[in-house]
Amino acid sequence: MADAPGRNLRPLSLHVPEPKYRPGDAVSFDDMPLADAGSVARPDVAADPATMRDLPFTLIRVLDPAGQAVGPWNPRLEPDRVRSILRAMLLTRAFDDRMFRAQRQGKTSFYMKCTGEEAVAVAAAHALDRGDMCFPSYRQQGLLIARDWPLVDMMCQIYSNAGDRLKGRQLPIMYSAKEAGFFSISGNLGTQYPQAVGWAMASAAKGDTRIAASWVGEGTTAEGDFHAACTFASVFRAPVILNIVNNQWAISSFAGFAGGESTTFAARGLGYGIAALRVDGNDALAVYAATEWAAERARGNHGPTLIEHFTYRAEAHSTSDDPSAYRPADEGMHFPLGDPIERLKAHLIAIGEWDEASHEALKTELAEQVRAAGKEAEKLGTLSGTAFNHGFETSFEDVFAEMPQHLREQMEQSAEERRVAGV
Amino acid sequence: MNMIQAINSAMDVCMERDAGVTVLGEDVGYFGGVFRATAGLQKKYGKTRVFDAPINECGIIGVAIGMAAYGLRPVPEIQFADYIYPGMDQLISEAARLRYRSAGEFTCPITVRSPFGGGIFGGQTHSQSPEGIFTHVSGLKTVIPSNPYDAKGLLIAAIEDPDPVLFFEPKRIYNGPFDGHYDRPVQPWSKHDSSEVPEGYYNVPLGQAAIVRGGEAVTILCYGTMVHVALGVVADTGVDAEVIDLRTLVPLDIDTIVASVEKTGRCVIVHEATRTSGFGAELSAQVQERCFHHLEAPIERVTGWDTPYPHSLEWAYFPGPVRLGEALKRVMKD
Ligand SMILES: Cc1ncc(C[n+]2csc(CCOP(=O)(O)OP(=O)(O)O)c2C)c(N)n1
Repeated sequence: MADAPGRNLRPLSLHVPEPKYRPGDAVSFDDMPLADAGSVARPDVAADPATMRDLPFTLIRVLDPAGQAVGPWNPRLEPDRVRSILRAMLLTRAFDDRMFRAQRQGKTSFYMKCTGEEAVAVAAAHALDRGDMCFPSYRQQGLLIARDWPLVDMMCQIYSNAGDRLKGRQLPIMYSAKEAGFFSISGNLGTQYPQAVGWAMASAAKGDTRIAASWVGEGTTAEGDFHAACTFASVFRAPVILNIVNNQWAISSFAGFAGGESTTFAARGLGYGIAALRVDGNDALAVYAATEWAAERARGNHGPTLIEHFTYRAEAHSTSDDPSAYRPADEGMHFPLGDPIERLKAHLIAIGEWDEASHEALKTELAEQVRAAGKEAEKLGTLSGTAFNHGFETSFEDVFAEMPQHLREQMEQSAEERRVAGV
Repeated sequence: MNMIQAINSAMDVCMERDAGVTVLGEDVGYFGGVFRATAGLQKKYGKTRVFDAPINECGIIGVAIGMAAYGLRPVPEIQFADYIYPGMDQLISEAARLRYRSAGEFTCPITVRSPFGGGIFGGQTHSQSPEGIFTHVSGLKTVIPSNPYDAKGLLIAAIEDPDPVLFFEPKRIYNGPFDGHYDRPVQPWSKHDSSEVPEGYYNVPLGQAAIVRGGEAVTILCYGTMVHVALGVVADTGVDAEVIDLRTLVPLDIDTIVASVEKTGRCVIVHEATRTSGFGAELSAQVQERCFHHLEAPIERVTGWDTPYPHSLEWAYFPGPVRLGEALKRVMKD
């Protein structure tokens, strides 16, 4: 019998992943395998996923160390288009900086930056059509900014003020902007993934031409919703782009806790028969090229694409987080893929389409644009002092299309309580 | 029509009228569902409007939410209500809140259909009545029909409703009503008034209870299978009870309930779900809050026990004539 007592077996041991570096350790990423820019083949968008099983294990890169765009994935964008991407990335960073400060000043309760990951959302937005529906996580503010959505609108949401279209109901940064093709953000991680697949399936069923795209962090790929979405996307060949933003950290848990020690995140597509790409997420041109490829693939009815964007969360998870408690303070500086803004700037300079002075001037202009938007938004109030900006009775609205009797009664009761209390 | 045919007809009518109505779920397409509720619909409306889904309730509901956000009216089927739990987060955190959290920018007009309840020897995983879990969630409507006519009319109203609706189908009475005496033969629906179901369009509005039997001595609040059990017990005992079929748990028709209890002064609540924190607790609280001065006896709850549904002992679990009869005796004592 297998479990007979007295068998002389070695005790089992449990593997608990541990990141390579903890605070105080010397950091080096020298052993991280990184494919050279231009070295990865670009299959036809109609290709069978079975013929590209190597792609999840390499890294698609376009920008070489000299700032030149090289190889088959070079999207060959017009310089104006590249400048537009650079501008939206810079604006995203300026927006983040100001909103971070606003949180520290007590004007809002919470904020999340995407510093170091700006290319992921901004370049993708440029490669998608305006009518395509995005189902983002909370770190893709770059989508709205790249789609020229008003900064004031975003700020009003963050301040939960009178201009907040969401009536102060959502945590700051959990935007919703249907007109911008930006789905309402959920606080429950990963739930948007199957929803994006459903939207894409509906679009296909209706003979529409629009596609859907969704984003989750690498930590979130461990949720069941991720796998539900992959199953449906694969089964119904949904015209959807499933993005995984591997920024190495899920709050304090490194990527190993989501399975990143055992394989790449892109490789999860293989088991589903989904085309999967692994991309240098700090290379805006590579992100653009991968998204464009996936979008063409979806529009041609060749099915979904899973894209892992390999990047690094350069700042804290949120304003409530202290990353120095769990990772070396200089880890991000050693991360070998550099800063996405600096790399795109270097590229434009290398091809003679940009210079330091223009860059500085643009930064000043964008900082001013953000400042002006901030002033505008603050006129409508900030979280401090305007908690009931929308009228307490609005909190009973939109639970259903029509307010049922029990909610009407509760609304009246709360009005009566306030009347009695004299507020 | 029996209740399954009525439900099938409701989807047929809605699909005919609105090209956005889309049916998805395990086995619902080619085969027409394990209870045959979607039979013939794929043939009639095509594979992009009626299709089988992977066995993944999180995916079925999550995908339906995305389809609704696109502008369709999905009618996902969860094969048994017992399997709704893997899709719970999508229902509770997503479907129920989408309108609210986006302040009306995105809405979720989905109708999740699911057979529920016991009395079919389904054991603990094919017999549960989870409605109470969902009535606790703001933003979801919960509908439970008790006969073919209502089933069709309520399902049409649910599909047309702009908000997410859970439509729980009492599978014990799919084929015929049942007075709780499990040892007697089931009556087919064809011998019942409510089997007169019009072929075309009509609806039964959500949020309106039905007084299925007028009476003066006691009010019995019930829904689904229990409506027939209550009527059976009334017939057996001769108690002059007013029997109210709630039809919709959320929104609840509290006015009809209050008017009845004020008249009778007594209230017995019967449901098949487990007792603790069941919907009966909510009904009891509301009746107590609103009818306290009219009550002549404590409110009685007749429910399933707080155990999983035991397969071979399901009739010991099921709130049948004995349990309800005893409760009626207690409230009528003085
Ligand atoms: C279902 C769920 N579980 C847990 C949380 C709490 N939580 C918020 S963010 C986060 C980490 C997410 O990490 P990742 O997916 O890698 O995204 P990143 O923040 O790195 O962009 C956690 C655990 C949540 N919001 N939802």
